[in-house]
Amino acid sequence: MTTPVVGVLALQGDVREHLIALAAADAVARQVRRPEELAEVDALVIPGGESTTISKLAVLFGLMDPLRARVRAGMPVYGTCAGLIMLADKILDPRSGQETIGGIDMIVRRNAFGRQNESFEAAVDVRGIEGDPVEGVFIRAPWVESVGAETEVLAEHEGHIVAVRQGNALATSFHPELTGDHRVHSLFVDMVRANLAPGS
Amino acid sequence: MSSTPSSAQTPETGTARVKRGMAEQLKGGVIMDVVNAEQAKIAEDAGAVAVMALERVPADIRKDGGVARMSAPNMIEEIIEAVSIPVMAKSRIGHFVEAQVLQSLGVDYIDESEVLTPADEVNHSDKFAFTTPFVCGATNLGEALRRIAEGAAMIRSKGEAGTGNVVEAVRHLRQIKNEIARLRGFDNNELYAAAKDLRAPYELVREVAELGKLPVVLFSAGGVATPADAALMRQLGAEGVFVGSGIFKSGDPAKRAAAIVKATTFYDDPKIIADASRNLGEAMVGINCDTLPEAERYANRGW
Repeated sequence: MTTPVVGVLALQGDVREHLIALAAADAVARQVRRPEELAEVDALVIPGGESTTISKLAVLFGLMDPLRARVRAGMPVYGTCAGLIMLADKILDPRSGQETIGGIDMIVRRNAFGRQNESFEAAVDVRGIEGDPVEGVFIRAPWVESVGAETEVLAEHEGHIVAVRQGNALATSFHPELTGDHRVHSLFVDMVRANLAPGS
Repeated sequence: MSSTPSSAQTPETGTARVKRGMAEQLKGGVIMDVVNAEQAKIAEDAGAVAVMALERVPADIRKDGGVARMSAPNMIEEIIEAVSIPVMAKSRIGHFVEAQVLQSLGVDYIDESEVLTPADEVNHSDKFAFTTPFVCGATNLGEALRRIAEGAAMIRSKGEAGTGNVVEAVRHLRQIKNEIARLRGFDNNELYAAAKDLRAPYELVREVAELGKLPVVLFSAGGVATPADAALMRQLGAEGVFVGSGIFKSGDPAKRAAAIVKATTFYDDPKIIADASRNLGEAMVGINCDTLPEAERYANRGW
């Protein structure tokens, strides 16, 4: 079986940590900043960062429409924190002009867990991840306010939805890429492999 | 459908991972100095990843003289209200009460900054005592590691703030990178003496030798005035840039801010940097650092 090529949207954010986690999960990981680079990957990770900045740069450099087209066509995609916001069909409280790629039928609330002083670590049980809970690192993190019928809730923290999946799109409010535990990235790479398998 | 799993453990705030992880989220971005809510909005609209709230930009601190202190709480609160991106603010070196005040106001990062007049000539603040993370300036690796040993979760070059002259930022970043590269070549026997020379804890020195980088995010600051300056700092190894006086002391701040953001993301693409540099209006005038009297060199503050 060929090794899947997974891009990391490298406009801004913790790109390096995702590249390391993907490589550890047996994918070929590369940065994506241009439409032609997007065309060459089997799947994409949207990292943590500032969602307003990532959204603006994506529009500015002509990436927003190609991103939407690929996600709509079923390209596997995984977003953490700002990446989760980028994959939401709707933001509850967007900044003016803030656009998302969409792909997951959900409404998100930005910085829902508070400012940096309220940022925290907590153990999170994620459906589909075997063994110990995932160490959830939440940094000015969003949560998912509500989901549509097709969106599967994978984890909650204190009653708030913090991990979801719809089809080939996966999103978490927290940052597995900061922990050295690559099980969530392995889950995503498995999704990518399944998508590449003949007959899928 | 079974019920959704939910975590049980008590959440923990202010951990090293949460503090350092916050800086990881800022990588590849531009942090801009702003003095009011209106400038903060311009910065956010231009794509800044965070703003630094301060009463006077460094160029004005230089011009006005006097003692430079933490900004007024109401001004910081107005900026926090105005934008959704993270807000940073500066405390004087060693003025841990200013830092306590900034933490209570809810700022996202505290810059223990040489741009303000130092409050203590011997001690920096104990940054482990705070849940709010700290960024500190450094001119070399030893200084960076001493700040990290005190709890800093992010390091920036000091450069020479308020000059619009990138030469000192280049010097400091090259110095830090060169010293890291040298450590990489040392064997274990040599690391003890290296720690002594660097005046930094052995454990941190060993960690840097193994990682080949600082254990925290490294940004550049002090003197960036143009898109090409920002791209230069990134090509030299900075993971992002602070821009102080360079934006709001220029002819067209909104345009220059957006241009510096673009050049910071596409730092290795001269064509995009060229496009971003077109029709920006006047850059800030700038000061030649070699004509700057010793007493006016902010980089000498801190140790």
